[in-house]
Amino acid sequence: MSAASAVEATAGPSAVRSRVESQPVTLPRALRSEWIKFRSLRSSWAMLGAAVLGMLLISLVVAYNTRHLTSGQDANDLASSATLQGYYLGQLLIGALGVLFVSSEFSTGMIRSTFAAVPKRIPVLWAKLAVFFAVTAAAMIPISVISFLLSQAVIGHYRTGFSLTDPGVWRIVLGTGLYLTLVGVIGGMIGWIVRSTPGSLVTYFGLVLVLPIFGELFGSAGKHVAQFLPSQAGASFTEALPESPHLAPGAGLVVLLAWVAAGIAIAAASLRRRDA
Amino acid sequence: MIQADSLTKRYGDKLAVDGLTFTVEPGIVTGFLGPNGAGKSTTMRMILGLDTPTSGTVTVNGKPFAEHLRPLAEVGALLEARAVHTGRSARNHLLAMAATAGIGVKRVDEVIGMVGLADVAGRRAGAFSLGMGQRLGIASALLADPQTLILDEPVNGLDPDGVRWIRNLLKGLAEEGRTVFLSSHLMSEMAVTADHVILVGQGRLLRDQSMADFIAEASSDVVRVRSPQAGQLADLLLASGVTVRNIAEQTLEVEGLTSDQIGVTAAGASITLLELSTQTASLEDAYMALTEDSIDYRSTLENTKDAA
Repeated sequence: MSAASAVEATAGPSAVRSRVESQPVTLPRALRSEWIKFRSLRSSWAMLGAAVLGMLLISLVVAYNTRHLTSGQDANDLASSATLQGYYLGQLLIGALGVLFVSSEFSTGMIRSTFAAVPKRIPVLWAKLAVFFAVTAAAMIPISVISFLLSQAVIGHYRTGFSLTDPGVWRIVLGTGLYLTLVGVIGGMIGWIVRSTPGSLVTYFGLVLVLPIFGELFGSAGKHVAQFLPSQAGASFTEALPESPHLAPGAGLVVLLAWVAAGIAIAAASLRRRDA
Repeated sequence: MIQADSLTKRYGDKLAVDGLTFTVEPGIVTGFLGPNGAGKSTTMRMILGLDTPTSGTVTVNGKPFAEHLRPLAEVGALLEARAVHTGRSARNHLLAMAATAGIGVKRVDEVIGMVGLADVAGRRAGAFSLGMGQRLGIASALLADPQTLILDEPVNGLDPDGVRWIRNLLKGLAEEGRTVFLSSHLMSEMAVTADHVILVGQGRLLRDQSMADFIAEASSDVVRVRSPQAGQLADLLLASGVTVRNIAEQTLEVEGLTSDQIGVTAAGASITLLELSTQTASLEDAYMALTEDSIDYRSTLENTKDAA
């Protein structure tokens, strides 16, 4: 026994040839792995499908309900962005999808397998982000356009609605799809930082839903701060008549992107420093 | 080869691993032993870079694990806690792992066949029994045919067939010159699988030696003698350095003399011997003798029985 070990020790590391051809870990390979992970979970498709259906159904319902112009109608319900209100629901589903894509790895222990395969860790963050962004954008941007077109077709039967070429409409329609994608990315980053699924969901809903309302408790000062929250920054380019005070659409997008960037930075730092 | 140098991990005020220095050599199976809470799993997690050491270093084939370009080909790991998403099928889990190393479907199906999961590979891993989950973990460890295997309780939940399979597999891989590092609480299994033993207790290294030396040093052999004149024989045998215990009617256990010496003494006094046999100490005996003082989580059943 000891003789055998002495012989092997002098032979040095990597003395054995592997029977299996394997390649170095690269970002494209990590991406492929994350894509397999995403598509092989039924819950991914269920949540994405629910967000798509929700956007579509809500747009049709809103269109039908506002088909006739009556006195005392809310201007918001007649604006070009009115039929895309489904994004309120969409941001919950897409956010939860973003959270779960990351946090479920921690709750199931999968993260240990993931890091055993990609021990440098950071490529996993980028790969997950890219897969999530691509899939969500590919679903939510087209469904925003389709929901808009179908709902305006319904309205068009009764009164004059909006077309994509009207001023600001492209911005609102594409912006809605982009907002949902970006807010989902923020959900994913919360997943990396908080790790536990319930904790991450609560943090996400708190940031997107509760904090803006909380801001209103502090009057106009609160509202001025609240316009920099992700949901309010998003509203500046997804809504035709965002609540005042609000940022200019371009500034709103910059603020939302800053939230995404901050999320990525904190998630990466947490990933690098903490035990898995 | 795994080399740990003064490896230390502190969680809050508990020192889980306390200055461990050891080398796991290729070409043999090394058993990693110690009571619950001795720091075995933490050590394995540090080898894989899942936990960062508070101080000290650990390398695999000369480099920290995370610095290897082909991590799956370097180390195949099975960690104690399940490391699989419960909603994903076994095959998709392995495909996702394999994709990071550019390993294709063919090899994935091959390891699924090797571990005997071919019939259930399409089922959710969450529905797997303990043994099936363990087989899946072994499959992912073997995926890239790694240089080094780190297995935490691999036979846990396996059927006897599976236990024998993993034993032969690990011995075979070690013979090819791979490094096999294995923890288990099943002493009988460890005794027939491992060539070398690293024993830890309360995070500290207690022993690092060959299986044979480990057993021989930790407990001495005992000779069992049965004789109608046991009392007379006991008086004759008692000398300095010799312990004689009367363990049953007509039966003695003698420590400090060989069976030859006892036989000759008995013959000289015309004492009839009905049985004379050397009781070789087992790995379990050696383990118990060495870890007595370092057990964190001892069963208190005996105490409660006394109280009742």
